[in-house]
Amino acid sequence: MNWNEHLPALILIIPLFGAFIAPVCSLGGKTARNILLVAISFLTLIVAFMLWRHVLANGISYYVMGGDKFNLSLPSGMALPVRIILEVDAFSAFMALCGAIVSFAGALFSVNYMNRFTGMGRFVSLYCLLTAGMIGMMVTGDIFNFFIFIEISSIASFGLIAFWRDKPTAIEASFKYALISQVGSMFILIAAGALYGRYNMLNMAAIGSVLKMGSMEKLVLVFLVGSLAMKCGTFPMHMWLPDAYAEAPTGVTCLLVAVSQASLYGLMRVCFSIYGATMGSSFIPWMLIVFGLASMFFGVSMAVVQHEIKRLMGYHSVSQVGYMLLGLGVGLLVLDDARAMADYGFTAIKGGVFHIFNYTMYKALLFLTAGAIYYATGKKDLNEMGGLARRMPYTTFMFVIAAAAISGLPPFNGFVSKLLIYESSFAVHPFLAVVALVTSVLTLASFVKVFQTAFLGPEKSSLAKVQEVPAAMLIGMVVLTAAILGASLFPSWTLSTLVEPAARALVDQSGYIGAILGGGM
Amino acid sequence: MRPLSVVVRTGCDIFAWFLVIFGASIIIHGDVTPGGGFQGGAVVATFISLLLVAYGGKKVLSWVRLNIFNSLLVFGLMLFFLLGIMGFPNSFFYNFLAIPHEVVQASGHGVIPPSGTIALMDIAVGIEVAGGLSLIVLSMFRGIRIFREGPMEEELGHDR
Repeated sequence: MNWNEHLPALILIIPLFGAFIAPVCSLGGKTARNILLVAISFLTLIVAFMLWRHVLANGISYYVMGGDKFNLSLPSGMALPVRIILEVDAFSAFMALCGAIVSFAGALFSVNYMNRFTGMGRFVSLYCLLTAGMIGMMVTGDIFNFFIFIEISSIASFGLIAFWRDKPTAIEASFKYALISQVGSMFILIAAGALYGRYNMLNMAAIGSVLKMGSMEKLVLVFLVGSLAMKCGTFPMHMWLPDAYAEAPTGVTCLLVAVSQASLYGLMRVCFSIYGATMGSSFIPWMLIVFGLASMFFGVSMAVVQHEIKRLMGYHSVSQVGYMLLGLGVGLLVLDDARAMADYGFTAIKGGVFHIFNYTMYKALLFLTAGAIYYATGKKDLNEMGGLARRMPYTTFMFVIAAAAISGLPPFNGFVSKLLIYESSFAVHPFLAVVALVTSVLTLASFVKVFQTAFLGPEKSSLAKVQEVPAAMLIGMVVLTAAILGASLFPSWTLSTLVEPAARALVDQSGYIGAILGGGM
Repeated sequence: MRPLSVVVRTGCDIFAWFLVIFGASIIIHGDVTPGGGFQGGAVVATFISLLLVAYGGKKVLSWVRLNIFNSLLVFGLMLFFLLGIMGFPNSFFYNFLAIPHEVVQASGHGVIPPSGTIALMDIAVGIEVAGGLSLIVLSMFRGIRIFREGPMEEELGHDR
């Protein structure tokens, strides 16, 4: 049998296997458990990479769960696809690759970081489950399954955010997230149910092929966009995000960044692949743009005043998600206007997609450096830190790279994606680009503040015994640094190989539908 | 939680076992009747909650060993996973035991159509849910005790 055909299933099977076997493996002691965690996430990364290569070479790959053959999407002459179908186009594969890289880095980091704590068997189990849920959201081609995977990843993250259950703040953060995310999930379930009631099917491609805008479809669209925008932390619905990110163990925070991107993926899949050109009005695109602008500006202005390091980065997550919403919203705005699309729309989508990659890498790295500082010093408050650059040179180096990338300083990858977004959103209205630029400047200001207070300045006497963090944590950070530097040093290669196929797959609605329905419709 | 009166405890002694049998019946007939692995497993897990209510936590926690539920959980999950993997040359979760409808009709056997791996997966899920929900009930009970009687075990590692 040809394993390449089974890659979409394997990428789910491997982390699920890890989650199921973890309680047994943790009987074998710490080493066995740590090896399991790292091995599972590494295997996931390998499979994600192979899947991405496979999709780039052979086009959209889909997989029928439990079918007689892996590619029998319409068994015995049926007009509609009936089974659970995974559909992986270049955009899904790109997202799964990002998620797998971050999951691997977070797993490596957690090996040392979580060494002191009890209950690690459950931690490994939930971590693998969260990875499986996240990747499931990215590869599924079925809207009900999307809901299932959202639930899997939410429930795993409730457990992981409240992992330190004797900390009241952690319980509070987890409870807040649980409440808000359950309300959001119920909206997604209602939307899936409404679509099923209307069209008798749940497959995204099949729904996309027959969808006609009516009041029910509008309601469904609002439910899906609202709840998924909440799950990825856009401005008016962001209040769970800084709490959850600050209170989760750091390796998990790093993975949560990728999980929020999976929700963004779902949002884009709904807007571009299910609705696409049939959306017919510019209301939802403008809504995304306004969400994006508000998240960018208010997120960063709340971040500037924070002095707890992980909470500050949490607010920056809110602001960075705004960039992607802006880029992808501009792309969605001109989706049915071929000339504007070629002129600036596709650039905006490329910028948004590239920013997803960049954001996932540097934000995960920033959270890991914050975790490394906490591990080494035991402090979270910036006011109590100082002069760490001499004590932790490697962490400092990687923090500088990540901070420069998130602020969009020229040689780094953040600059490339932000530039693409600036120049394309400028064509819609200069105001959009102005807000994006101001946000970028404020981001730089707040990271200069973090760098100056934590790493530079006189050494505090309370920090005299601080040492560099252990090797596994450093390697976890190096993985992400390498990804950032790779994308920074070879921007044109990254754009043409990694980003452009993903952006092209995102706008190609008929390709997404045709892969499942055989191109006939 | 203190034990309830002798009437309740005797009632529990008589009826608790029937819950397990009823749950097992739902699990085993999961593929042909309403219900299935999850529902049957949940009924089986009410056994533990009934004991907790009737006999009180101190006694029940001294009777049960959490590792047994843990191994039920893992065994069920692994069985389910294995059944999924075994469909592999065709696809993940492929029903490799199913007998086509024409063959069943020609053979003249069986009123109930054989469902292949679905029945086995129901049993796997039933075992898993029975273990998992019992574990959840016991853990939640221990959680109540943490608040009422102070921590039962030390949490290691971090500063509060």
